[in-house]
Amino acid sequence: MHELSIACNLVEIVEEAARAAGAARVTRVQLRLGDLAGVVEEALRFSFPVAARGTLAEGAELAIEHVPVRVVCRQCLVAQTLTPPFVFRCSTCGALDVQFLQGRELQVESIEIEENHAGEDNDETAYP
Amino acid sequence: MKPRILELRKAVLDKNDRIAQDLRARFEAAGVFVVNLVSSPGAGKTALLEETIRRLRAHNWRVAAIVGDLATENDARRLARSGAPVRQIETGGLCHLEAELVARQLEGWTLEELDFLFIENVGNLVCPSDYDLGETLRAVLLSTPEGEDKPSKYPPMFHSADAVVLTKMDLAEATRFDRASAVAHIQAIAPHAVLFETSARTGEGIDRWIEFLVARRWEAVTATSAALA
Repeated sequence: MHELSIACNLVEIVEEAARAAGAARVTRVQLRLGDLAGVVEEALRFSFPVAARGTLAEGAELAIEHVPVRVVCRQCLVAQTLTPPFVFRCSTCGALDVQFLQGRELQVESIEIEENHAGEDNDETAYP
Repeated sequence: MKPRILELRKAVLDKNDRIAQDLRARFEAAGVFVVNLVSSPGAGKTALLEETIRRLRAHNWRVAAIVGDLATENDARRLARSGAPVRQIETGGLCHLEAELVARQLEGWTLEELDFLFIENVGNLVCPSDYDLGETLRAVLLSTPEGEDKPSKYPPMFHSADAVVLTKMDLAEATRFDRASAVAHIQAIAPHAVLFETSARTGEGIDRWIEFLVARRWEAVTATSAALA
């Protein structure tokens, strides 16, 4: 169960980017999750709000795009998508000689933020 | 309030990946071959490591180990009997090692004075698969009593293996271990992995494992010096 620590990493990245952009809060986090990333979606969905509490990402929606496992056979060069239970064997020629293309992704694609009122409304003017 | 979309395209484990890349560069520059040993608890990582360290040291290789566990220094004590420098990481509940934990343990060691560094990960077939430790080689262990289909049950870990080491082969008969079935499951998930069949107790298969490590180290070192030339 390392999804909580992954959620913490995720929130850290999201918050840093949101702060740098002057966001008031984050409303949506778009994640790419490979089928072979070793991350359980349910556990991550459970952990995310816990990790996000008290941060700019509190209350943000976690949108997850699944990335299927794709391989290409080195023998017959046919690219193919694998589904669980994974067998890394070419479905066309049967060779156990496939090159991994994608499916281990664990990546923040984008975040949706609400910005502070621009310019004149900025409340950071209190600094001397 | 107007919503705006920021494109980030950043790996969630970016921080770990960066530290691991720095470690890998340091290991390469120092010529130390680093093996990350992963398995479920009780598969025999420490026993394999004891035997591996003993044999490598008998051939005058300079070896060190870092071992991770949630608690206790028992494994470090066991391995220290080999005479090699050993450090224990007590993760305090964390279910895997992270690159930063490894980096911290390296302080005070001169990497140039090592040929091999073994990192014994926390016993866990799930979480460690996502965490690069800067290793040169990842070896996943599977002990004969665990069942032949473990690789199919834990695909991310076994798929990430450079080598799969079957352990406790001396128990194969007692546990009715179906070797052909295990090999088929391993090949289905990790066709790229080099397979070893070992017993730390009887010494079966250990010679081939040691030869493999020495050969891979040689390849890695010559590749690095060629790149520098």
